[in-house]
Amino acid sequence: MNALLSIEHLGVRYDGRDVLKGLSLEVSRGEIVALMGPSGVGKSTALRAVAALLAFDAGRIVVDGFALSPGPVPPESELVPLRRRVGLVFQAHALFEHLNVRDNVTLALRHVWNKARTEADETATRLLETLDVAPRAAAWPRQLSGGEAQRVAIARALAPDPQLLLMDEPTAALDPARRSALGATLRNLAGQGRALLIATHDAEFARAFSDRVLTLPPG
Amino acid sequence: MIAASFLLLALAAQGAGADSSTLIWGGDAEGGAPFVEADPANPSRVRGFDVEVAERIARGLRRRSARFVQVQWSSIDQSVERGDFAIGMSGVEDTPARRAQHAVTLPYFEFREVLAVRPQDQGRIQSLADLRGRRVATLGATIAYDLLLAQRDSVGLIPVSYDDDVHPYTDLLSGRVDAVLLDHIIAQRALRRLGGAAFVILPRAAAVGHYVGVLARANATLRDSVDAALREAMRDGSLEQIFRRWEIWDESQGALFERVLRGTVTTQAARAPAAAVVAYLPSLARAAAVTLAVSFLSMALAVIAGLTLASARVYGPGWVRAAATVYVEVVRGTPLLLQLFVIYYGLAGVVRLPAFLAAVLALGLNYAAYEAEIYRGALQAVARAQLEAARTLGFSELQILRLIRGPQALRYALAPMTNDFVALLKDSALVSVITVVELTKQTAIFATNVGSWVIPGILCAIVYLAMSLPLARLARRLERHWGLGGHAA
Repeated sequence: MNALLSIEHLGVRYDGRDVLKGLSLEVSRGEIVALMGPSGVGKSTALRAVAALLAFDAGRIVVDGFALSPGPVPPESELVPLRRRVGLVFQAHALFEHLNVRDNVTLALRHVWNKARTEADETATRLLETLDVAPRAAAWPRQLSGGEAQRVAIARALAPDPQLLLMDEPTAALDPARRSALGATLRNLAGQGRALLIATHDAEFARAFSDRVLTLPPG
Repeated sequence: MIAASFLLLALAAQGAGADSSTLIWGGDAEGGAPFVEADPANPSRVRGFDVEVAERIARGLRRRSARFVQVQWSSIDQSVERGDFAIGMSGVEDTPARRAQHAVTLPYFEFREVLAVRPQDQGRIQSLADLRGRRVATLGATIAYDLLLAQRDSVGLIPVSYDDDVHPYTDLLSGRVDAVLLDHIIAQRALRRLGGAAFVILPRAAAVGHYVGVLARANATLRDSVDAALREAMRDGSLEQIFRRWEIWDESQGALFERVLRGTVTTQAARAPAAAVVAYLPSLARAAAVTLAVSFLSMALAVIAGLTLASARVYGPGWVRAAATVYVEVVRGTPLLLQLFVIYYGLAGVVRLPAFLAAVLALGLNYAAYEAEIYRGALQAVARAQLEAARTLGFSELQILRLIRGPQALRYALAPMTNDFVALLKDSALVSVITVVELTKQTAIFATNVGSWVIPGILCAIVYLAMSLPLARLARRLERHWGLGGHAA
């Protein structure tokens, strides 16, 4: 099997209610998969389970050979291989408010992956240039527009070079022009051999830029 | 409410001495025997030689009785000027400043300032000159304290000021101080209380002083009548009888009476107020330095202990959280004054902390409880998404605290921390109860000695403001600096 991400019969219960039940999907390298459905059907929950931010109750998640099983979230020390493989872009971006754009991108490189400052800075500059936000490197997160903040968040998630990129509602704060620019960026990332799983309720965007659309049934 | 108002009115009427057939006099029963103390047989009454002197004066003034009003010893002068009572007594010393500011009676008792030392030091210490580098205790705002201050500069001894005359002697025995300089009748009473051989009173007096009555400046006429009554009591032997009854009569009293009756008692002239202010400036500067040192060290301790407590409450397992919560609640729920006493005097049996260290510990550990609550709130105010973003990037819990959560929480904590520091700066005045002379205490001593709170009070306020305003400014600048990052461009 050549899938980078494989989710098998994923089940998440919360307060005695099934938030997700029997979700199975695969995403291969170079592929963009859109996870569709109205609000509350568990799109974000699925992404959070893959990023090990959330415990799940049934099924199995495998990312490039690293498996997560039902039960409590393992301690971070056991999740290092997963962190290396998976990047997550939050809907509200969650940029570190106390750091400027450049430091948001370099912080994990320097402190988690032990890169020298110059090397981390070079990586950040390259990513910010690719994403067209290099001129904002010294800005504070709240000085950024929605589109800029999103591109910085993508740069931050890509800095450790993960092969799987998860994105939660990436078009929520974008105008139409920005939406297609984002679509082009994602296609570009997939073209580099990355796998992308995108939770969205934007059907038009999903149809235009993903390889496959998976719609979660309501309830 | 109405009842309380009536009570206040009644008290005010009493205080003003509405009944002219009663002589109302003020003193401090906390000073104890032989001056004024609660009567063991009837604690609602007072007894002591000053009580009997007041009664004798009342008789001399043809008043029916004398009524006692309790007042803190260091506030007698201010109270008498306010009209709380007609005459203040109970070991009130004859000083130039007092004579300059108030109507002061004739001296009616002569005391000697005597040194008390531990028995084993008797051979080595004969006078103040032998106390270079040693700690010498006394009551603050007294002739004895002024004497020690003068000797600090000439001999190099270290004056230690107390608010009461009991703890200097217990601290002498425990080794916290090396000598006590106080009035001979106070020393003799302490010696009797501690069993008669606990310390030695050196025979040579370091100075001689007199007890007087103090009246409001505007009350000079009454003062003259009191003087007449005192002379009469000296002549007819009734004053001698009182002193003999309280076992404080000696030949120097006879000599004093003789001088008084011959009219040859001389009193020192007061220093001009301007000179007094200048003379106190170095002491004020030193006291301000003590306030700053106590405050900064306490705050440093409070921040470190507060961070530890807050981390324990946010990250710790159940029992650690419970222990931290108990600490915070107990410390916040009990008076700082009590904590100071417990750490300095209460722990003395286990560990004898120097006063400065005890002050820093008590203030620091007290404020740690408040800091802990600020930090806990600030840590919890950091958005969950920030922490989750950090986790997906692979940071460990400790790195998240150090690199993301901590720095963000610091911004939320900065304003309340600045408030706390300014409050601590002022709360540090409390440590004077364990003999640390800081700014407020020094100001009180200054005020007592010059007989007015106006100039010392203004000076003191200026120094406090000079210490706290820059901090508030710095905090505002930091907030503005960080705030810039918080607004859309």
